[in-house]
Amino acid sequence: MKLVYLDNAATTAIDAEVEKFMQKCQLGLYGNASSIHKKGREAKEELEKARKVIAKSIGAKEKEIIFTSGGTEANNFAVKGVAFANKGKGRRIITTKIEHECVLNSCRWLEEQGWKVTYLGVDGKGFVSGKELEKAIRKDTVLVSIIHGNNEIGVIQDLKELHEICKRHDVLFHTDACQSYTKAELKAEWADLITLNAHKIHGPKGVGALYIKERVKISPWQHGGGHERGMRSGTENLAGIAGFAKAVELAVDDKEGKKRMAKLRDCLISELLKIPRTTLNGPRGERRLCNNANVSFAGVEGEGIVAALDAKGVCASTGSACASRSLEPSHVLIALENNPERAHGSVRFTLSRYSTKEEVKYAAKCAGEVVEKLRKISPLESERER
Amino acid sequence: MYVDKVLKRFQKPKFAGELKGADAIGEVGNVRCGDIMRIYIKVKAGKIADIRFKTYGCVAAIVSSDYLCEMVKGKTLEEAEKITAQDVVKKIGEIPLVKVHCSVLAQDALKKAIGEYRKKKQI
Repeated sequence: MKLVYLDNAATTAIDAEVEKFMQKCQLGLYGNASSIHKKGREAKEELEKARKVIAKSIGAKEKEIIFTSGGTEANNFAVKGVAFANKGKGRRIITTKIEHECVLNSCRWLEEQGWKVTYLGVDGKGFVSGKELEKAIRKDTVLVSIIHGNNEIGVIQDLKELHEICKRHDVLFHTDACQSYTKAELKAEWADLITLNAHKIHGPKGVGALYIKERVKISPWQHGGGHERGMRSGTENLAGIAGFAKAVELAVDDKEGKKRMAKLRDCLISELLKIPRTTLNGPRGERRLCNNANVSFAGVEGEGIVAALDAKGVCASTGSACASRSLEPSHVLIALENNPERAHGSVRFTLSRYSTKEEVKYAAKCAGEVVEKLRKISPLESERER
Repeated sequence: MYVDKVLKRFQKPKFAGELKGADAIGEVGNVRCGDIMRIYIKVKAGKIADIRFKTYGCVAAIVSSDYLCEMVKGKTLEEAEKITAQDVVKKIGEIPLVKVHCSVLAQDALKKAIGEYRKKKQI
């Protein structure tokens, strides 16, 4: 049975070239980048080369890039680090109802410590309103954190507009760009802090970065020997970081990649919408991640669809992969519309640069079969037939 | 998260579908929780002669419905009522802990169907 992997928002397969390069680094550049000897210097050189690649990819300065163990750590660092460093000014944070769990749970933890958090709602397509953001800002607001490309429904927020509002009110603006990085236009000037990661773009797992604009007040979150300019201690994961940079180079070099994925995405969406009583979640076109298709099938539950698709060799997911550990329907889908059937029936298909038209067509065909089969045994559907 | 046995059963349930001419139907759950289970029974000489289910829900919900049907078919109503959700979970074997509650619902639906049958027959 062939395998069609359409869960690239959860993680991607590592690129062979990246893997090869990492192995070379792992074997050859074993030195600690903080050491003064030859092996240390070699490692340091590669580390700084990687930093340059990441910085350049978003138009940042090299010293504004701090490597982390991934997106989750970078988001925790951004939210908690800014909150603690600026608590003299105030203890209020604004975020949205459609953030990734690592931002939401960092905010909830801060609430337990006495911070006040506002969770902005979104419209029916998932967009955050600039007006609502502006209304929510108070004198003691220190941080606004809004996800760039949403991991579940693919909606892309207008960072430029949101950041302008924050600047007007002298509030720091952070964005989680794990899903959008190299898949949508992203500029350092659009935010004060940006979370990036490697494993969504065919890089290794366990590596990410936080862009921190010069002069942004942030407290380090991981203390130790003062690595990463004192912002993130711990011996740098050199092979991982080098692999991250290689993955970024490959993604940036593939200039047609985005267009190709967007075309495939639209093909997949239109095929899926041919299945009766199927709704698209999130917007269409330019404001949607080029690799995301998320639909809800009425009368059936997402987990069953994913399990049945898996039996046909198609890897997809219900909402976010993290949500599969809980029984709650997706908080993102519920934020779009308080419709539990739509939330429970949502399935996400996410493409990669290597996805093909054949794969997309096969996945949509399987989805149609699986949904029909599960609807036959759904009590919700027999009501509708009557 | 699911073991092979559970997934195989999910692919090929033995008791899924509607039972034409059922003597009683029991339904529990709601769409908000993401689980709805409906059990159809046919009763002959005090025994469950035939049984089917329709389930809207996760893999565990569908599989536990199917196992429950298998376990109670041919049993008297009293015997069927005595089967607990734990018995169903045991029969399934390995099931993720967060999913155990899904298998309680099938039993509730069965009890409701038996209750309805008794009400109809006034026994």
